Amino acid sequence: MSESTPSRGRRRPLSRNKAFRRLLPWLVVVALFLLWQISVDAFGIEPFVLPGPRAIFAAAWQWHWSILDNAWQTFMETAIGFLFAIAFGLFAGVAIGSSSLAYDGLYPALIGFNTIPKVAVVPILVIWFGIGTVPAIITAFLLSFFPILVNVATGIATVEPELQDVLRALGATRWQVIAKVGLPRSMPYFFASLKVAITVAFVGSIVAETVAANKGIGNFMLVASSRFEVPLAFAGLLVTSAMGIGMYVIASAVERRMTGWATRGANAGMFSPAG
Amino acid sequence: MSSEATASERPAMRGFVDLDRVSLRYGEDGDGTLALQDTSMRVDSGEFVAVVGPSGCGKSTLMKVVTGLWPATAGGVIVNGKEVDRPLSITGMAFQNPTLLPWRTTLENIMLPLEIVQPHRSLLKRERASYRAKALDLLALVGLKGFEDKFPWQLSGGMQQRASICRALIHDPSLLMLDEPFGALDMFTREELWLALQDLWLARRPTVILVTHDLREAVFLADRILVMSARPGRIVADRPVALPRPRALSMTYEPYAVGLVQELRNHISAAREAQ
Repeated sequence: MSESTPSRGRRRPLSRNKAFRRLLPWLVVVALFLLWQISVDAFGIEPFVLPGPRAIFAAAWQWHWSILDNAWQTFMETAIGFLFAIAFGLFAGVAIGSSSLAYDGLYPALIGFNTIPKVAVVPILVIWFGIGTVPAIITAFLLSFFPILVNVATGIATVEPELQDVLRALGATRWQVIAKVGLPRSMPYFFASLKVAITVAFVGSIVAETVAANKGIGNFMLVASSRFEVPLAFAGLLVTSAMGIGMYVIASAVERRMTGWATRGANAGMFSPAG
Repeated sequence: MSSEATASERPAMRGFVDLDRVSLRYGEDGDGTLALQDTSMRVDSGEFVAVVGPSGCGKSTLMKVVTGLWPATAGGVIVNGKEVDRPLSITGMAFQNPTLLPWRTTLENIMLPLEIVQPHRSLLKRERASYRAKALDLLALVGLKGFEDKFPWQLSGGMQQRASICRALIHDPSLLMLDEPFGALDMFTREELWLALQDLWLARRPTVILVTHDLREAVFLADRILVMSARPGRIVADRPVALPRPRALSMTYEPYAVGLVQELRNHISAAREAQ
């Protein structure tokens, strides 16, 4: 602790290595597609069983307006559900994390709630709100608020008592302690949870679209596979992945910007697998 | 309740800090550890008092009781003429660990008390520049000039501890509580900080209570040294230090200081054996 020097701030300048690291994920994707195409060609697999990337891209290009339209629908539903999840998750996380009474009282109920398969909830949502956008938004919200809430609550509940004492010794109110120590302390947990939450938000909206919707990528894939247009169904999958990765990258960029103090550049810039 | 009566019976006897037969038992059910028993002490305004004792004797508990972080189980605690029943805002506190908030720069850490303690809290927006200048002056005084924009983890342990002492002083507390603030440092850094602390004290004359187990430190810094017994802690000796100010480090090796350290050491061994 005492030997840490002021020069420890930035990492060593491994610029070539860094450029390679940047490129690596793309290389992996390209390699996967190549391997896929080669296998499909070599073993003569029929396109309605497993289409190769070439067939998928061709189908995607042919139907690109329809795909964009449906993808936009899914994206909107996911984003709205996700925003609600952030607001609710932060609020409830702070409440539960800062009061041991709320923590003990509500936590078991929350776990129970989270164990319910959300697919099973969709039909109920349809009864309440009808087919379409609203059930998808709600399903995205239901799936994604939990990781946010748990992480924020953990971040706040595990604040070092010494740090709290620093503020309490100044006569700070409970709310001041939360605002000055609890919240900033839980931010690394919060941003880490966003990366998980955004991916499950997509799962939520697409599941709901598959069960009960007439629009969106989930519905699009359902229709495509029922017409045996397998390459098109796969195109829907690829678009979904692309959207998920895009949102993940945004979340992790925000995370790095906001909570650089917590990682100290040690493994900033590396992707960690989201659960 | 009885303490209030005692205090009002003899108001002329009050010091700045007045502990009247204070006991503190940890735990709520009455069978927890008894950390303090019938501890009485008095510190006058502007006085520098050191509390020494064997480890685990309740020195840190004493600090928490005086600042109101822990309510006393029995007895009266009066600071600045008022019964202490909640954390005080007139204190500045430095702990054994620097306890700087890792997401704030050194300067932001030091200015933290200003965001909590009145009247600074209301004035901070309008007079940020002058407060900032004051914080920078303090930093310069402890030799941290140029480190104001560094984060805690970019500072060495000694530097963090200096910053933590600046934070304890920024809001001009009339009572400075130092809980083994130099305990984790090497001797050279420690001695350097003794000098810095003496300068700060001579310049501002706050009332200081310093808990330490370094007897040389107590002799060098304090006007008066209180010796605590082993747990449950009581004050068993009260020795004034008759050294002129400002003191030089070499004074701690002169016969008077060496004799005093020896005497304190005997008190502490006696206290340990009595256990």
